[in-house]
Amino acid sequence: MSSSIARASLRPTDPTDRTQAVDRSGGGVAHGRTPAGGGRKHSGRFRREELVKLGFVLPAAIYIVLFFGYPVVKNVTMSLQEYTTKTFFTGEAPWVGFANYTTVFGSQLFTPALLNTALFTIGSIAGQFVIGLALAVFFKRRFPLSSFLRAMLLLPWLLPLIVSSATWRSILDQDSGVLNSTLESIGLAGVPWLTSPSVALIAVVLVNIWIGIPFNVTILYGGLQDIPDELYEAGALDGATGWKAFRHITWPNLRPVVSVVLVLGVVYTIKVLDIILGLTNGGPANATQTLSVRSYQESFVNFEFGVGAAFSNILIIISLIFAIVYLRVNRRAVDE
Amino acid sequence: MTTTSIVTGGAQRTRPFDPAGVRRRPGSGRNLGYTLIGIVILAIMLFPVYWMVNASLQPSGNTLTGDFFPVNPSFAGYEKAIADQGGHLLTSLVISLGTVVLSLAIAAPAAYALAQFRFRWINVALLVILIAQMIPGIVIANALYSAYNDLGLLNSIPGLILADASHAIPFAILILRASMQTIPPSIVEAARVDGAGLVRAFVSIVLPVSRNALITAGLFAFLFSWSDFLFALTLTTTEDVRPVTLGIYQYLGSQVSNWSAVMATAVLSSLPAILLLVIAQRFIAAGATGGAVK
Repeated sequence: MSSSIARASLRPTDPTDRTQAVDRSGGGVAHGRTPAGGGRKHSGRFRREELVKLGFVLPAAIYIVLFFGYPVVKNVTMSLQEYTTKTFFTGEAPWVGFANYTTVFGSQLFTPALLNTALFTIGSIAGQFVIGLALAVFFKRRFPLSSFLRAMLLLPWLLPLIVSSATWRSILDQDSGVLNSTLESIGLAGVPWLTSPSVALIAVVLVNIWIGIPFNVTILYGGLQDIPDELYEAGALDGATGWKAFRHITWPNLRPVVSVVLVLGVVYTIKVLDIILGLTNGGPANATQTLSVRSYQESFVNFEFGVGAAFSNILIIISLIFAIVYLRVNRRAVDE
Repeated sequence: MTTTSIVTGGAQRTRPFDPAGVRRRPGSGRNLGYTLIGIVILAIMLFPVYWMVNASLQPSGNTLTGDFFPVNPSFAGYEKAIADQGGHLLTSLVISLGTVVLSLAIAAPAAYALAQFRFRWINVALLVILIAQMIPGIVIANALYSAYNDLGLLNSIPGLILADASHAIPFAILILRASMQTIPPSIVEAARVDGAGLVRAFVSIVLPVSRNALITAGLFAFLFSWSDFLFALTLTTTEDVRPVTLGIYQYLGSQVSNWSAVMATAVLSSLPAILLLVIAQRFIAAGATGGAVK
């Protein structure tokens, strides 16, 4: 089942002529119109039925244009303008060409933010995936309470991210947090998790791994369920059990799902903002600045919307590259 | 497997042997051992949630040096949380319910159209929806801020409902479409022969048949909106409309001296997720498996 949604959605439309049949019987009787048979397709004028059908998709289409299409376009134009607090009073946003991008690339924070985004994304995904896969394999064994326990595992994923951030901030508190007091009680030194520039990014990655594990377990578990049991039964006859079975049966069969999980993971991790704002606000000493934190702070802290938009556009381009990779990977998964 | 069949359409899945049958077999010692390991894993994973509850019941207030168990539970944190954040919780509730209604109203007809109508550009539409899900929230917030400023939608509940629906609508369309693809066209056809229009057939047949998927999509719309922090942070500038996620953020900035109140607010804001996971587990599980979301 894996990414059944994505998979289902990319499946070409059902070739059977079902709605046609609906139209013919319904359109004629309900609206007292003569069923025009095969010829009606060629009639040039829009029929009422067609308008009603269009009405089904119109609200969604308008919404998507306004709340996804417009923002993308607006970010492109904003990034080419001097768009600041002043703009909101005067209504003027002079065109400045690529000046905002020059600011972005020239900023001292650009390279660290790019690097942190990469480290955050790679670290989070590696951790989530490895632990997620291990748990998915574990839960594939059927034992009493297994499905209940697996469902409860979803909780970290469903909690508001800001709640998780607050909770982890209390756990990771340097002086009185439970993690450090536990470390100290067994004779280890406390770690300044969120206050030291050299550790903060690691701490943020650890928290994000915790949040992402349920998603990885769920999708990978779905993929494991789709591997036919006969393969394992046959493998067992040939002596493939345990690690061997995983290596030669599970992994090759899970590969398409793995690709989807990893690429989607990148797309969703690269834009993470809530967790970082809640845990460190980009600090200490900019140690946890990422591209999305930069974009937020330029726009909503410094009120440099043009520069903020330039940062977001870089983010969009990176996401887009991975989105294309995702679609290709996914298509391959469908073909198999 | 009812939950997954919502998503996959059930029909294509044939399993060589029935896992439920195996599960029903009385657990051997080895299986109980696995249960034990599973409980330990869950305990580790959910420790932070336990710690949140524990910290919220500590009397100390300003420090975190509490016990591992709330031996003498104090509700002072909750009293302060409700006094400070009660209104914010209510605001969040109104916004979340609004998002559910708006998202389902927009997504359900579109999902049906994408599932059953023969439009030429369906694959393009699906591609657009998939890509929409990948657009970073900050991109949307950047653009909406200036648009909302012009339209007077900043600091307003409708403004936040509209923005929060962006978390939910693409997901709802995909989940509902997957379910509506499994509706046999013949039952809609039969109603139409009896004289029902397309809209009537949709309301009186398609929607009731899709009940489970609607519940799943609605629950997730609620949770997405309830959890929203980014739009609350960027699209409000005053105290007028303040969802609880923003309330917690502000607590973190100013009130870290009173951890039990912060944690009590955190617990109160976790209640929907916890309750839904316990009460509506199969719907949540269906959404989780179907949703390459978030």
